[in-house]
Amino acid sequence: MNDFPLIFEITRTHLMSRFKQTVVAALGVTFGIGTFIIMMSFMTGLNGLLDGLILNRTPHIQIYNEIKPSASQPIDRAAQYKNSFNVVHAIKPKNSQERIHNAIPLLAQLKQNEKVKGATPQTVSKVFYLAGSNKLNGVINGIQVEEEIRLFNFEDYITEGESKSILKRKNSILLGAGIAHKLSLSVGDKIQVSSANGGIFPLIIGGIFQSGLAEVDNIQSYVNIKTAQQILGEGSHYISHIHVKLWDIKDAVPMAEKISTQYNVSALDIETANAQFETGSDIRNLISYAVSITLLIVAGFGIYNILNMFIYEKMNDIAILKATGFMGTDVKWMFISQALIIGLIGGILGLVLGFGVSVLIDHAPFNTEALPTIKTYPVNFNPAFYIIGIVFALISTFLAGYFPAKKAQRIDPVEIIRGQ
Amino acid sequence: MSLILETKDINKYFKHPVPFHVLKDISIQLNEGEFVSIMGKSGCGKSTLLYILSTMDTDYSGELYIDGNKLTGLPPKNLARVRNESIGFVFQFHYLLPEFTVLRNVMLPALKLGKKSKAEIKKDAYEKLDMLGIKDQALKKAAMLSGGQKQRVSIARALINNPKIIMGDEPTGNLDSKNSNNVFNIFKQLSHEQNLSLLIVTHDLDFAKKTDRIIEMEDGFILSEMAVL
Ligand SMILES: Nc1ncnc2c1ncn2[C@@H]1O[C@H](COP(=O)(O)OP(=O)(O)OP(=O)(O)O)[C@@H](O)[C@H]1O
Ligand SMILES: [Mg+2]
Repeated sequence: MNDFPLIFEITRTHLMSRFKQTVVAALGVTFGIGTFIIMMSFMTGLNGLLDGLILNRTPHIQIYNEIKPSASQPIDRAAQYKNSFNVVHAIKPKNSQERIHNAIPLLAQLKQNEKVKGATPQTVSKVFYLAGSNKLNGVINGIQVEEEIRLFNFEDYITEGESKSILKRKNSILLGAGIAHKLSLSVGDKIQVSSANGGIFPLIIGGIFQSGLAEVDNIQSYVNIKTAQQILGEGSHYISHIHVKLWDIKDAVPMAEKISTQYNVSALDIETANAQFETGSDIRNLISYAVSITLLIVAGFGIYNILNMFIYEKMNDIAILKATGFMGTDVKWMFISQALIIGLIGGILGLVLGFGVSVLIDHAPFNTEALPTIKTYPVNFNPAFYIIGIVFALISTFLAGYFPAKKAQRIDPVEIIRGQ
Repeated sequence: MSLILETKDINKYFKHPVPFHVLKDISIQLNEGEFVSIMGKSGCGKSTLLYILSTMDTDYSGELYIDGNKLTGLPPKNLARVRNESIGFVFQFHYLLPEFTVLRNVMLPALKLGKKSKAEIKKDAYEKLDMLGIKDQALKKAAMLSGGQKQRVSIARALINNPKIIMGDEPTGNLDSKNSNNVFNIFKQLSHEQNLSLLIVTHDLDFAKKTDRIIEMEDGFILSEMAVL
């Protein structure tokens, strides 16, 4: 193809002489690619947001001690009844504490595991919130706030006040937004909590916590883990939950299984906890791809039509070129390169359009009660979409141009010349 | 004198719409530097023959030689090269690329051949246009020219690669007598000075009489080959 500059020059002249049709064809591609990018950016941005809403703050593995009756009863261990069929009625669980028995060594071991990004203890206590004559029941979570921030984006859900206030003052509490609303409390106000064993603790509101999930915001609050242990009247070994974040979420299932058998605790992995979640993301992605590909196919047919029309109009030119020594392949490449130029120009404009609209969406205000930290619509500016977009534009225009070009390659000049 | 073009028993049939034997045992020879005209009634097969001789039509039986090389049966790629390099064709109707300038139209076959630089090709193209008296039209779009002007542009284009043979299908059909004479003189000069062979279909008896030889066709036969005295 040492003739390429010449072929290209002919191509360019042909395109320029049909400027309007060229523009229309290119705009078809622009529209297809632009929509693809907008849809993918917005949809995956939304997915990311929802992931953030649930997945980012959900521990990959939750370790706790579930109170349940022991599976092996004394009679099962008695040698003389070994071969008999034993039935025990009305088994009750043993009275034990809701704590993980060897939490401290378990925590230390988890932190050393290289698959683990972090593990943080929690001490959970059921309480009543008391303000004036009002009394609400709820849950207080004692946390290590710095680890929660590092691992679970805890900071994002503090809408007022300061998350670290519970580090600075022992009697500081981060109150759930629903509770604050019901009790008409705000940052700096006082609140009392009473624990299950009757003790009353005065606390000061250091911040308001809003997750966007009402069932959480209406009952949960956060304090320093030491404060929670005091409310429960327990020592610093009393840890009721351990939340683990892994580097790779795929390790969650096997690891949870291992922990639960090794340490005789309950370990809930994120996939079991949020089984329905992945499906939603996948379906949204699938829809975006389906719509975009449909648009590109429509654009492809547009190009196919316009090139067919070009070739029909250019029959004479093709005949002359062939009569004066141009080969069939030269003619074929003339039309394929026309299609590719339309694809390239249309595609690049599509990228620009997609990026421009994405930026607009990214700046459009989006305020919702459920998502306190989100101020604008979420958009994912992933370069992969732009690469896929331009590659797809070129592939689809190549295909749209290939068949008309093949036809042009086969045109018999004698037939055209005689037809005059 | 060496043969530049030779055919041996060329036969051609059209199968559609009805079977039709359009060319019958055509055997002709053309020498280097010879200027030959083909005459015959409308519909006798002159254009059909010319398409075969110019290698555009390969659907025939018999053999075709140009410059001693057998072209019958060669792949289309090679034939395209022969058309580009060795044959200049002037159509019955002016055939130009309407959106390109006159100059570009003339240059295209040479650019395709790729033997000379762009500047040299441009210079050659201006020379040919000058020879045909349309140098001043060089930068106009081909579509803007009058019929006669277009015809002369297509003659200039046929000459651009200095081919061994020019074939013309009524190349002067659209020209007034002055321009027709001018084209004739150019052809004559090329055949004498540059040893160019010409095979020109014409209905113009005055034109034909001035050529070296007239091949007369009737109903697909060569009727007679008479040397013009
Ligand atoms: N594609 C075709 N299919 C069938 N018949 C054809 C075809 N092309 C030409 N013919 C017939 O072949 C015969 C020769 O046609 P051709 O064009 O060679 O005539 P011609 O000698 O050039 O005539 P004119 O002087 O009018 O140009 C005519 O009878 C024509 O009808
Ligand atoms: Mg004819």
